[in-house]
Amino acid sequence: MSQVSNSGPLRRVLPVVEIALLVLALPLPWILDDFWVVFATKMIILALLAISFDLVWGYAGIMSFGQALFFGVAGYTAALLATKSEVTSIFILLPLSGLVGLVLAFVVAAIVIFGKRIPSVVFVALGTMTGSYAVERLARGWSWVGGQNGISSLPRLTAGTYEIEEGIVFFYMALAILVVIYLAVRFLVRSQFGLVLAGIRQQEGRLGFFGYQVQSYKGVVFSLAGLIAGVSGGLFAFHEGFVGPGQLGPVLSTQAVLYVLFGGVGTLIGAVLGVSVIEMISYALPQIDTLGSAVQEFLETGWPIVLGLLLLATVMFRPTGLIGLVVGDRERIGTFGRRMRGADAKREAP
Amino acid sequence: MSLLEVRDVTKVFGTLTALGGASMTVADNEFHGLIGPNGSGKSTMLKCIAGAEIPTSGSVVLSGKDITGATPPERSRAGMSLKFQITAVLPQLSVYDNLLLAVQAHQPMLGLLLSRSRRALDEKVMDLLGQFRLADRRDDIAGTLSHGQQQWLEIAMALSREPKLLLLDEPTAGMSPQERRVTGDLIAPIKTRCSLLIVEHDLDFIKDICDSLTVLDQGRIVATGPTAQVQKDERVKEAHLSHG
Repeated sequence: MSQVSNSGPLRRVLPVVEIALLVLALPLPWILDDFWVVFATKMIILALLAISFDLVWGYAGIMSFGQALFFGVAGYTAALLATKSEVTSIFILLPLSGLVGLVLAFVVAAIVIFGKRIPSVVFVALGTMTGSYAVERLARGWSWVGGQNGISSLPRLTAGTYEIEEGIVFFYMALAILVVIYLAVRFLVRSQFGLVLAGIRQQEGRLGFFGYQVQSYKGVVFSLAGLIAGVSGGLFAFHEGFVGPGQLGPVLSTQAVLYVLFGGVGTLIGAVLGVSVIEMISYALPQIDTLGSAVQEFLETGWPIVLGLLLLATVMFRPTGLIGLVVGDRERIGTFGRRMRGADAKREAP
Repeated sequence: MSLLEVRDVTKVFGTLTALGGASMTVADNEFHGLIGPNGSGKSTMLKCIAGAEIPTSGSVVLSGKDITGATPPERSRAGMSLKFQITAVLPQLSVYDNLLLAVQAHQPMLGLLLSRSRRALDEKVMDLLGQFRLADRRDDIAGTLSHGQQQWLEIAMALSREPKLLLLDEPTAGMSPQERRVTGDLIAPIKTRCSLLIVEHDLDFIKDICDSLTVLDQGRIVATGPTAQVQKDERVKEAHLSHG
C-alpha cells in the first residue's frame, strides 16, 4: 500500500474540479449542435455507470467486473415494460430501473460477498464477471427479449403527457440525475459510513475485530451501486432507443473499470472525467484525417486494443489516474473526523 | 467466576500441534501475562481466544458464554478486544480517523450513514489521544507515526470500545527501552477498566505489570499462577533459559 505523506497543508482541489466540470457542462446544449448534445447526454448517463463502479471499487475495495449486469438488466426490464405493456412514464420506469439494479445487486452480493469469511478480490471479480457473461449469453439466445438484436424502437419516456426527446431536455434531465446521485454518493463516502469503507479498503481483515460486520457494509454498498447502475441502464435504453445484449456483458463492465481507473479511482469526479475523456477520444481519434487512412482504419476496429494498452499504462505508471495530477493522496483519501479548528477552539476556551 | 476460561484447547496445523490441550483462566480486572519462548504457542493461544483461529478442540468461554466458534465481530460485541502483534493501524488515514473508526464500531449503520455520532464521539477520541500521548499527532497520517506510536495508537483503538477483556500480542515488540517504559506507564492505569491478557517475550516488562502469569512451552502449559510464584518455578526458569 502506498504511503501517504503528511507534507504541507491539506489542499482542497476536488470541489474546484467538481464545480468547474459542472459549470462547463451547464451551457453545453446552447453551444453545441444536436449531435454533440446527444453525445454529451450519453456521456452523462455512462458517468452514472462509472460512479457505480467507483463506489464499489474505489471506496469499498470490491472488484466488480459485472456492473453492466445491473445496467443491462434494468435497461431490459424498462424496455420490456415499455414495449409490451406500453408503460412509458419516467416516474415509473426510472425508479423501477433503480429497484431492479438494487435487488439484482443484492442477490449477487448474497452469492459472492455475504458469508462468515471474507471472500478474496479474485473470487468477487470472477463471480461478478461470470454473472455478467452468463446473462449476456442468455439474452443473446432468448427470442422473447429480442435475442442477438435486442429490443429496438423504444417509445420515448413521458412525464405526464410530455414526451422526453433526446436533445436539450434529456440532457438537463440526465445532468440533474447525475448531480443528485453524485451528491448523495459524495455524502455517503464522506460520512462515518465512508470511514468504515476506508477501513475496509485498507485493512479489511482488521475491521471484524473492531466489531464491524464487514460483509454487511460491503453488501449495502454493492446494492446501492447496483441501484445507480440500474438508473443509468434505464436512462441509457431510452436515450438510445435500444437495448441489446452488449449492454449486459463483460465488455461494458470492463469499460466501466477503464473509465474509473483512467479518470482516478476513489474520487467520484475522476469517474466522470474518465468517461468524458475516453468517450471523446474514442469518437474523435478515428476522425482525425492527419493520422492517415491506415491508422484511422485500425482505430475504427482496433480501438479496444488501444483502450487496453491505456488501461495497462494507467495501472503501471499513473495508478491515481488523471485526477491524481491535481489532487493529492491526502485529499483523495479524505478526512472524516469533525473539523479540528472548531473542536480546538471549544476545548481551549476557558 | 472467571471472566475468561480456556478449556483444554488444542490447535493443530497440518502435522504441527501448536497447542496441545492448554487451559487457563483470567479473572475480572486481572492483568494476566502469557509468556514462553519463540514457537511456544503464545500467539496461537491468543488467536484462538480472539477468533483469528478456531481451536481444533477445546473451548473458549467469556463471561460464562461459550464463544469457541464465534466470529471476531461477535467476540467484539461480547466484550473482547485485540491488538495484534504486527501493527495494523490504517496507514493512509489520520491518527484521529483511526481512533474514530474504532470508537464508532458499535454504532448502528444508519447512524453512521447520517454521521449522527461524529460530534458526540469527538470528546472520547480526543481523551484517548491525550491518554496515549498522541494528541499533537492527531491530524498526521497514521503511517508516518513511529513504530512505538503506532503500537500506542493500536492499544488506544483496542481499548476504545471499553472491552471487558483486552488482548495484547507483544505490545513492546521492536520498541526502544524508553518506549517500553512509556508503554508500561500507558497500560497500567487501565486496570480499573478491564482485564488484560498480554503476550510478551520480555519477562522483565511483564512481571512489573501482571498479577499472574501463564507459561507456555511447546504448546503446553508449564506453569500458571501469581507472578511471584511462577517466576520462582524451576520449570519456568528452565523453559526460558533453555530456549530464550
